Amino acid sequence: MLTVFLQFLFSGLTVGAVYALVGIGFNITYNATSIINLAQGEFVVIGGLMMWFFAESLKLPFLVSVAFTIISAGIVGLLMERLTIKPLKNPDLLLMIMITIAVSIVLRGILMFAFGKDPYVYPSFTEGEPLSIYGAIIQQQTLWVIGITGFCIILLFFFFKKTMVGKAMLACAVNPTAAKLVGINVSRMVMLSFVLSAVVGAIGGMAITPISLMEYDKGPMLAVKGFCAAIMGGLGTNRGAVIGGFIIGILESMTAGYIHSGLKDAVALIILLLILFFKPAGIFVSKAMHQLRKF
Amino acid sequence: MSFGGLMALRNVSFDVIEGDIKALIGPNGAGKTTLLNIVSGIHQPDKGDVFFLGEKLVNVAPARIARKGISRTFQHVELFGNMTVIENIMVGQYARTRSGFLSSGFKLPFVVKEEREIQRKSEEILEYINLGQRKDEPASNLPIGEQRTLEIGRALATGPRLVLLDEPAAGLNIKETRNLGEIIRKIRDELKITVVLVEHDMDLVMSISDSIIVLNFGEVIAEGTPLEIQKNHEVIVAYLGEEEEIQRGYNAHT
Repeated sequence: MLTVFLQFLFSGLTVGAVYALVGIGFNITYNATSIINLAQGEFVVIGGLMMWFFAESLKLPFLVSVAFTIISAGIVGLLMERLTIKPLKNPDLLLMIMITIAVSIVLRGILMFAFGKDPYVYPSFTEGEPLSIYGAIIQQQTLWVIGITGFCIILLFFFFKKTMVGKAMLACAVNPTAAKLVGINVSRMVMLSFVLSAVVGAIGGMAITPISLMEYDKGPMLAVKGFCAAIMGGLGTNRGAVIGGFIIGILESMTAGYIHSGLKDAVALIILLLILFFKPAGIFVSKAMHQLRKF
Repeated sequence: MSFGGLMALRNVSFDVIEGDIKALIGPNGAGKTTLLNIVSGIHQPDKGDVFFLGEKLVNVAPARIARKGISRTFQHVELFGNMTVIENIMVGQYARTRSGFLSSGFKLPFVVKEEREIQRKSEEILEYINLGQRKDEPASNLPIGEQRTLEIGRALATGPRLVLLDEPAAGLNIKETRNLGEIIRKIRDELKITVVLVEHDMDLVMSISDSIIVLNFGEVIAEGTPLEIQKNHEVIVAYLGEEEEIQRGYNAHT
C-alpha cells in the first residue's frame, strides 16, 4: 500500500519539477514584461529534442551537448523576441500574448518537420541502480530532475534578488517608463527575459526526456500545466510556481494511479478553472500584492 | 512640438546655465511637462534641437539620454511600487554599473562585490534625502511626500549633471514643501547638479530659483530673475487673467 503510494508520489514529484520549471519560465517573462509567453511549453520540447540531436544523433560528449542545447534554446528565445515582439509599433499586451500563441504553433510546425512525429529518448544522465525506498523505485534520473530544478530555482532567486541586472529586469516590468528614464535599456531586458525563460524551459526538457520521452507536440500540455502551476502560486512569484508545480504533479500522478490514467490531464485543467473562479490572484498572493499587477 | 492639430510648444528657446536652479512656470496646459518630455526623450519634437553639454539630444532614446546625465522625476510619481525603497535607488544606479548582463552571469564574485558597493552608495543617498529609516519598506507604502523625495533620490542615483523635476511639491504640505526646497538647494550647492524645476508653488519657486522662465500656450512670455518675473506685467496677466485690462477699459469709459 505504502509502496504504491510512494511510487505515485515520486513520479508526481518528477513531473511536478518540470511543471515548476515551466511555471518559472512564465514568471520570468511575466516579471520583466507582463507578457504571458504561451510558447513556454515549446521551449521544453526544444530542450529535449535538441539534446537528443546533439547527444544521440551527432554523438557529441554529454556536457557539450548540454551546452549546445542551452545555447540553441537561448537563440530561439532571442529570435522570438527580436522577430515578433520588438518590431511591434504599439505593444499591446493582449496582442503580444496572441503572438506568443502564433509562435508556439510555428515552432511546433518546425519541430515536426525537423524531428517527425516520433517520440525521442536518450539514456539517463548517470547509469546506475535505482534507489529503493520502502519498495518504491526511484530512478537516478528522477533525482537529476529534482536536483536540477532546485539548482535553477536557487540560481534565479540569486539573479533577481542579488544582481543589478535582475533588479533592473524587475524594474522594467513594474514601470517601463521610469526604467527607461533611469537609463535601463528596456528592450534589451525584454530580450534577456525571453532568452532566460527559453533556457530554463529547455533545461527542464533535457532533464525529463530520459524519463517521459519527448515529441514535437508535447508543448501545449506542458504550457497549460506550467501555467496552472504559475497561476496557482500567483503569477510572478517563483516560490509559488514551485509549490504549485509539485502539487499539480502529485495530484496528477495520484489521479492517474488511483482513479484512472485518462483523467490525468483533466486534473490540471480542473485546478486551473477552480483557481480562476475562486482565487484568481493565486493561493500564495495577498490581495494588496495582486492590486499592483496588470493581470 | 504638436499633438495632432494641437501645437503644444512653438518657438520656445532658452538656455540653462550649469549650476543653476531654473524654474519653468506657467498656467496649466502651457507646455511645461511636454518640454521636459522632449528633453528627456519621451517625445520627439517636430522641429528644433536640444543641446546638452554640446551634444544634440533630439532622436536619442530616453535610456541613452539618462546615461548622458539627464535624469528626472514625474508629475505623477513613477516609482517601482512593489520594490523596496532602497531597491528603487539601486535600480537608479543600474546605468552606472559596469557589469553587462553576460559578465554578471559568469563573474559572480565581482557581481556580489559590485552589488554591495551599490547598496552602500544607495544607503548614502537615502541618508542624504532623509529616507534612511524607510529603506526596506515597499515604495508604494510611503506617503506621497516621501515618494516624491524618493523619486528625487532615484534621479540622483543615476549620477546626473542635470535633473528635471516635474512638480515635485504637488500634494505636499507646507512642512514637506520646505523640506523639499532644502533638498533641491542641497542638490545645487553640494552636489553641483543643475536643476530644472517645473512647479506651481510660487513660494517655493521664488525662494530657490536662480532664474525663471514663463510659458503660456506653448510660448515663452517672460524670462528673468524671480524679482523681475514677479513684476512682469504679461506674467500677471497670464496667471490672473485680463482683469487689469478690463479695469482700464472700464476707466476709459467713465
